[in-house]
Amino acid sequence: MSESFTKGMARNIYYGGSIFFFLIFLALTFHTVKEMPKRDNRENITEAVERGKHLWEKNNCIGCHTLIGEGAYFAPELMNVYDRRGGGNEEAFKAFLNGWMNAQPLNIPGRRQMPNFHLNDQEIDDLAEFLKWTSELDANNWPPNIEG
Amino acid sequence: MNTLKYQSQAVAKPYFIFAMILFVGQILFGLIMGLQYVVGDFLGGIIPFNVARMVHTNLLIVWLLFGFMGAAYYLVPEESETELYSPKLAIILFWVFAAAGVLTILGYLLVPYSTLADITFNELWPTMGREFLEQPTITKLGIVIVCLGFLFNLGMTILKGRKTAINMVMMTGLIGLAVFFLFAFYNPTNLALDKYFWWFVVHLWVEGVWELIMGAILAYVLIKVTGVDREVIEKWLYVIIAMALISGILGTGHHFYWLMTPEYWQWVGSIFSALEPLPFFAMVLYAFNMVNRRRREHPNKAATLWALGTAVMAFLGAGVWGFLHTLSFVNYYTHGSQITAAHGHMAFYGAYAMIVMTIISYAMPKLRGIGEANCNKAQVVEMWGFWLMTVAMVFITLFLTGAGILQVWLQRLPESGEALSFMATQDKLAIFYWLREISGVIFLIGLISYLTSFFITEKKAQA
Repeated sequence: MSESFTKGMARNIYYGGSIFFFLIFLALTFHTVKEMPKRDNRENITEAVERGKHLWEKNNCIGCHTLIGEGAYFAPELMNVYDRRGGGNEEAFKAFLNGWMNAQPLNIPGRRQMPNFHLNDQEIDDLAEFLKWTSELDANNWPPNIEG
Repeated sequence: MNTLKYQSQAVAKPYFIFAMILFVGQILFGLIMGLQYVVGDFLGGIIPFNVARMVHTNLLIVWLLFGFMGAAYYLVPEESETELYSPKLAIILFWVFAAAGVLTILGYLLVPYSTLADITFNELWPTMGREFLEQPTITKLGIVIVCLGFLFNLGMTILKGRKTAINMVMMTGLIGLAVFFLFAFYNPTNLALDKYFWWFVVHLWVEGVWELIMGAILAYVLIKVTGVDREVIEKWLYVIIAMALISGILGTGHHFYWLMTPEYWQWVGSIFSALEPLPFFAMVLYAFNMVNRRRREHPNKAATLWALGTAVMAFLGAGVWGFLHTLSFVNYYTHGSQITAAHGHMAFYGAYAMIVMTIISYAMPKLRGIGEANCNKAQVVEMWGFWLMTVAMVFITLFLTGAGILQVWLQRLPESGEALSFMATQDKLAIFYWLREISGVIFLIGLISYLTSFFITEKKAQA
């Protein structure tokens, strides 16, 4: 590197540049948080959705599945499972989910195993409500298709 | 024979040793998961995939933290030209952190995760069950306390001593690490906010402040092994970390494409994260440049190899493999696929696992009283470890990339109705997963070779 470019100049670019871009990042974050209500349907977060999110976390679902593409890549995406397995119909989805959770583990030799989390009907219903709410989020048109 | 410049640097030793022990655990659980990808019911009832994954990723994070802490305790006293403020505190915190880490991992393995949440009173302040932040809230509090004590200890050392660019950058990186970790305690009910701020821990760590830590450690080792003038190396350090933060902060936007966020993030994230390979490329130029301009022949050839290796592999893993899927129109199809996994593996190994092994390679002979370097035989075995692990990681990455491309082709690109389902797609990827698992076994052999090198000593009596 050229001699006329000194360590002091490099240091100033580092401090100046990172502070400048961090401030922009904070400003964009502020704006994003303000815009979020248009996309997150927060008015539909019922107590059941809230309980469902806690169940989602408490059973470490993200340890196998993705939710909006984030998580582990071992099991299917669940942001749109409400549409994929319930066809967007609440009753159909809840019936599916209840049957599915209670049927675990499927014990098909060689197949990836989902554990049984011993949830009761109320809890499965709460989880379904959470997944329904999640399916209605506007994540800029992701995922590309129903398979997630 | 005592070869330490400052006696308190010795506290780094248990940190490095414990880091290596956890590293072994990480790889073993990685192999279990890799097998579960193809033999789905392997250990099904005993170690479910989600548990194995949590152990694999959490062990990685914790051993890297132990490595960073060991690196800081080793290099800060020497840079500051003074003894560590309190070696005793460093040892106490070592045991606190080690105990918290072991208990947490045992908790993951011995009881169902929901039971762990109950017995650690997660409902009082729910922070569990989010990727990489699975630790019970009380463990998270423990991490904060350990970090505060650690930063206090280092801060007091730097305050009474010399302030070099290296220890200031190291300190800034470590403070950033602690500050951004605080977002782990923010878990709103609204998933949109939860996910957005989750990235303040995850991205701003690995594509932000951790790069400062990596840069500082690399600069320190390069000064030592090449003897190149500090002014030159520190100038490069500033240029690299300036590029890292200027690109990396707004580069966070590449995680905001598919959240409940305005569309401008697709532009901001694409443009700035496309620049993220630059600091890593600069790091490659700099490492090779400094080694070519070396003013001394350091006897520790292995440490020099690690220093060059980490620069190259960080550039490939974080830089090139990151760029592959960072543009929003590409990421729309690759988001959350095996492409992501490929990138994650090589980036973490290249940038962070390797930088920790670089400082361990340099510091361990001194910490153990062996001298400037291990004997030739030990270095040869260590370098075998380097090559086996590194080449195995290249293959792991290539096989996962192959799996990812096929996955995108079958599952993501076709329209609804024509696309293959997730599980059907996974069956088609089996050959890639088998090859990845074989590469993983070779990685383990490399790791064993690397660890063996610590036990090889020269037979002749020490002078």
